[in-house]
Amino acid sequence: MTAAELRRRDLARIADLVPRGSRVLDLGCGDGTLLALLRDTREADVHGVELDLANVAECVRRDIPVVQFDIDEGLPDFADGSFDIVVLSQTLQVVRRPALVLREMLRVGKRGIVSFPNFGHWKARAYLTFRGRMPMSRSIPYSWYDTPNIHLTTLKDFRAFVAANGGHIEQELPLATSRGGHQHEVALWPNLFADTGVAVVCAGAPAPRTAVRGTSQATCCGYDVDRARRTYEHGSHR
Amino acid sequence: MLDPRTNVPPEGALVATLEGELDLASGRRLTSVEVAYETFGRLSADGSNAVLVCHALSGDSHVTSGDVGVSPGWWEPMVGPGRALDTDRLFVICSNVLGGCSGTTGPGSTDPDTGVPYGSAFPFVTIEDMVEVQRRLLDHLGIVRLAAVVGGSMGGMQALAWAKHHPERVTAVVADATTPRLGAQPIAFNVVGRRAILDDPAFAGGDYYQSDSQPDAGLSIARMVGHITYLSNESMHEKFGRRLREGIEYAYDFVNEFEVETYLAHQGRRFTERFDANTYLLMTKAMDYFDLRGESETLAEAVRGTPDRWLVTSFSSDWLFSTDQARDLAIALLAADKQVTFAEFESPYGHDAFLLEVEQQTSLLRPFLENSVRACAESLRRKEDAA
Repeated sequence: MTAAELRRRDLARIADLVPRGSRVLDLGCGDGTLLALLRDTREADVHGVELDLANVAECVRRDIPVVQFDIDEGLPDFADGSFDIVVLSQTLQVVRRPALVLREMLRVGKRGIVSFPNFGHWKARAYLTFRGRMPMSRSIPYSWYDTPNIHLTTLKDFRAFVAANGGHIEQELPLATSRGGHQHEVALWPNLFADTGVAVVCAGAPAPRTAVRGTSQATCCGYDVDRARRTYEHGSHR
Repeated sequence: MLDPRTNVPPEGALVATLEGELDLASGRRLTSVEVAYETFGRLSADGSNAVLVCHALSGDSHVTSGDVGVSPGWWEPMVGPGRALDTDRLFVICSNVLGGCSGTTGPGSTDPDTGVPYGSAFPFVTIEDMVEVQRRLLDHLGIVRLAAVVGGSMGGMQALAWAKHHPERVTAVVADATTPRLGAQPIAFNVVGRRAILDDPAFAGGDYYQSDSQPDAGLSIARMVGHITYLSNESMHEKFGRRLREGIEYAYDFVNEFEVETYLAHQGRRFTERFDANTYLLMTKAMDYFDLRGESETLAEAVRGTPDRWLVTSFSSDWLFSTDQARDLAIALLAADKQVTFAEFESPYGHDAFLLEVEQQTSLLRPFLENSVRACAESLRRKEDAA
């Protein structure tokens, strides 16, 4: 499955996480499908970054403004906090410098949304364990020597990665995809059963726990922190 | 070689006489201005499909042939039925710039005060002055609002000036292979070109129109220098390498020996047959003076009041109007909250690529203009509702 196809599956989930009227930057926005959806259904002010000219043309056709920058060089031209949301959908695994890209998205966006294939999924583990070969699957269909996916990660690795780069996860949506392409949230052992991770990330350390306990609607940057923390801690104990 | 009567429009062009006098940025005034222009396609009933194309240094109103049997225009493969600027859908307007030598009032035109060509009496013009003439032409044509203003190189500067000074009449801006202001290096090349003309004895201070000799030597050197800046090292290497015109033996003589030498000489000579030295001086000076920033502290501040929709493009091997400059513009537009699309086209052809890279430019320009017409129709409708 190509990055574009993976992206299409995540669309609805990511769209749900974007507050109405947000100013959104999509890093590696592809043909602009997600941004078109956000503009049309969430009244978002959308902007894309994309390297491939054919994709840029497709964005222009959809009337989505897009700049042809290489995100591996960081986003030096974007001011701090100049976007409400910065999206990195099925792109983390293909960038050369994921840490730089993450730090830049945390800087430029008030919040980031990252989706990525979970290499900790049981099928990937079983593939390696039983066949003794590098896993290939519907979501990672490439041979190891000929893959755009140069930085594969697991849900657990991703959590550590975000923390190590000065951010925290506000909300984690571990998703399992059925044969029909439908995705549902995985409550049990997400790092084993989710084939896709979607995470809302924010710069800095999480808000202190005491600060939000007891309030009925604890939120951080508009998000349900208690729920996010439950998800986060629930997950991190696996 | 240029005849005094050669400030004539291309075949098929129309000439409009502008109402009133024209006050210029320099403080000088032109009492009467004629502008040569051509249009292609039909203005739609709601007037939402007008696109103004601004030409570069050596261009004219003849952007495309528009009809069978007419000579091809300077942007022929980009403008016409089914092309990037689709004349089946768009109403394309292109006029010769003020100070030009293809029909619009310029130094070769007759000065109504003296009855002889202006020559050295012709005032300096700025990019903004050119735009003011275009604005009055649109008034003359009854065009309230443009779907887009499109320009490459010096034409792109005009597009930028349109955006800054008349945002209420422009829906979208296409800035192709251009810059918000020239740096020292391009100015330096312009200086050499101008110096070659100014030091040509036949230039005679600019009053050469009625003389037997014309500043052809100076103008052709200026063109040769200019031409080098329009090409890339790669494309020159590809096209000429070190090849000699004849044989493999050196001549030990100053004849045109290298292929690149012959080529430049040819380009220079041909240019003197169709272009005016005074116009060359004025155009390069107008480009050197242009600075979109104006009084603003930053470029972002300068573009704050401009139209919402932008397409900014550059070419990978263009070192005269480099990607860095286009990118700076795009970044300033983003910071000013504009809907900007920016792309760098891969091309070996240097600055000339904006005339040559048809397919890549079309892939963005065509859909961008289609959407701009839609947006223009919408704002015209809103304006009507409000009125």
